Amino acid sequence: MSDLIRKDASELAGLVSSGEVSAVEVAKAHLDRIAAVDGAVHAFLHVDTAGALSAAAAVDAKVKSGEKLSVLAGVPLGLKDILATNGLPTTCGSRVLDGWIPPYDATVVTKLREAGIVILGKTNMDEFAMGSSTEHSAFGPTHNPWDLDRIPGGSGGGSSACVSAFEAPLAIGTDTGGSIRQPAAVTGSVGVKPTYGGVSRYGIVALASSLDQAGPCARNVLDTAMLHSVIAGHDPMDSTSINSPVPDVIAAAKRADIKGMKVGVIKELGGEGYQAGVRSRFDESVALIESLGAEVVEVSCPSFPSALAAYYLILPSEASSNLAKFDGIRFGNRVGDDGTKSVEQVMSETRAAGFGSEVIRRIILGTYALSAGYYDAYYGQAQKVRTLIKRDFDAAFAKVDVLISPTAPTTAFKIGEKLDDPLAMYLNDVATIPVNMAGLPGMSLPIGLAPEDGLPVGLQIIAPAMADDRLYNVGAAIERELLAKWGGPLLAQAPELAGA
Amino acid sequence: MSGISQDDVAHLAHLARISIPADQLGHYADQLGAILDAVAQVSSLDTSDVPAMSHPVPMTNVFREDIPGVSLTAAQALSGAPAVEDERFRVPRILDEE
Repeated sequence: MSDLIRKDASELAGLVSSGEVSAVEVAKAHLDRIAAVDGAVHAFLHVDTAGALSAAAAVDAKVKSGEKLSVLAGVPLGLKDILATNGLPTTCGSRVLDGWIPPYDATVVTKLREAGIVILGKTNMDEFAMGSSTEHSAFGPTHNPWDLDRIPGGSGGGSSACVSAFEAPLAIGTDTGGSIRQPAAVTGSVGVKPTYGGVSRYGIVALASSLDQAGPCARNVLDTAMLHSVIAGHDPMDSTSINSPVPDVIAAAKRADIKGMKVGVIKELGGEGYQAGVRSRFDESVALIESLGAEVVEVSCPSFPSALAAYYLILPSEASSNLAKFDGIRFGNRVGDDGTKSVEQVMSETRAAGFGSEVIRRIILGTYALSAGYYDAYYGQAQKVRTLIKRDFDAAFAKVDVLISPTAPTTAFKIGEKLDDPLAMYLNDVATIPVNMAGLPGMSLPIGLAPEDGLPVGLQIIAPAMADDRLYNVGAAIERELLAKWGGPLLAQAPELAGA
Repeated sequence: MSGISQDDVAHLAHLARISIPADQLGHYADQLGAILDAVAQVSSLDTSDVPAMSHPVPMTNVFREDIPGVSLTAAQALSGAPAVEDERFRVPRILDEE
């Protein structure tokens, strides 16, 4: 039954609901795949075999009794280890939370469970979602299934890798500056960051509260849309949750018709600093979009070159405040409490032992940017630049329906290559960050392999707030043409993993 | 524009309650100096008439319905605590000894 792991989520859901295949069989096939390849990929930090099989059995019982099932019932999923899961470890890739078992579920997790989606386990990530390579996980890096010596992107590298390694057809990620889209791009999978406020943040460990957003990862546009529809919607437990109807993303993914649409190419994202193969695949996509009857125009967003700088002031500032709670008092690990030390000493030792160097760097940076005397020049100025970025988007969307750019400037780089150069690492998110700054929805869609290294390239599609459905319409239209051209999914071209 | 000394790092680390060993302060100072030089680019834009934006969705005074619901029990709330005593979080001393 190993062909079950190659099937799309929508296909699996159909097989389960018709009773042709049991959800338990589907779960077992994926658990077997994890056992065979995850030693090499390391997408998972924790595999919940018993929980997955019991959730699958519950779906099978509903099938037997003829109960109505939700769209993805019985389909397995990998969950980024930043979402609180009742009774399952939640580490955020950090030593400070090693061994912590949350006593409650994040709203997204509640929705997944209610939909009968089978959670296989928790996926690896850069510590507290700070990174673009998953190398900053305290529990070791995740490897890109296309080339195990390369990074799977980050921070949600475990989620993108488990999907592209056929360990799960679906995964949940979170995206603060590109942590769903950049991993999708470098692993040849699809990832969407929904509109800010479109998916509840309740129970998701906060990195930068004004930027964080959870979203779906999958191997094609329709599956991504189906997962999006399950997790989206207003939540009274999240005060930034938008109280309006969720756009019909599934219908949009099925429409796949962009005739007459206006598509804007962002002048400032592309060109210099972008790998040749990324540029050539992007240019081909532009031609493809035109051939489908859409009008493509160039638009300028003049403040975008300052977005990265503004982001690396706003994010550390918010993170330094959000991460203050990891002090070893109410939960997590405590270090140095020998009965003689003050609470301050114990907190300082706990945090030094629990946080990795990237987390410490960003906390210090945020503490600096928020200090009296520097606040206006750094944090205050960054917030004004944020307004300019939003105005650039507003002006662009007055002229076009969606915007496009490459998702990331390069394909997957080698593990270790940028680990000691934080600034080089930060540049991976140069094209994705403006989207978070303005709270907009964005998708990364695989558009082929870079000729020079044979590694996946992603196209970023950006829509106005609460117009997430446009991403799926445009993405599905492009995907349909590319699948015909390739004769199947891009991931079918990925090398077989040893042990499989 | 920037430049950050080892003493600055030590001071900031103290404010953030992270005990950084003295032999690592130089490394952090170098890296943070480079990052601060790069992010100083935010000053290159003219923002004299631009308001600050803290959040993508302007909302104020968002409250949910005030209805009693299920919340964590004391045992659940204490379940992840590093130290517990008498159904409470046990903490290291917070005052200096006399």
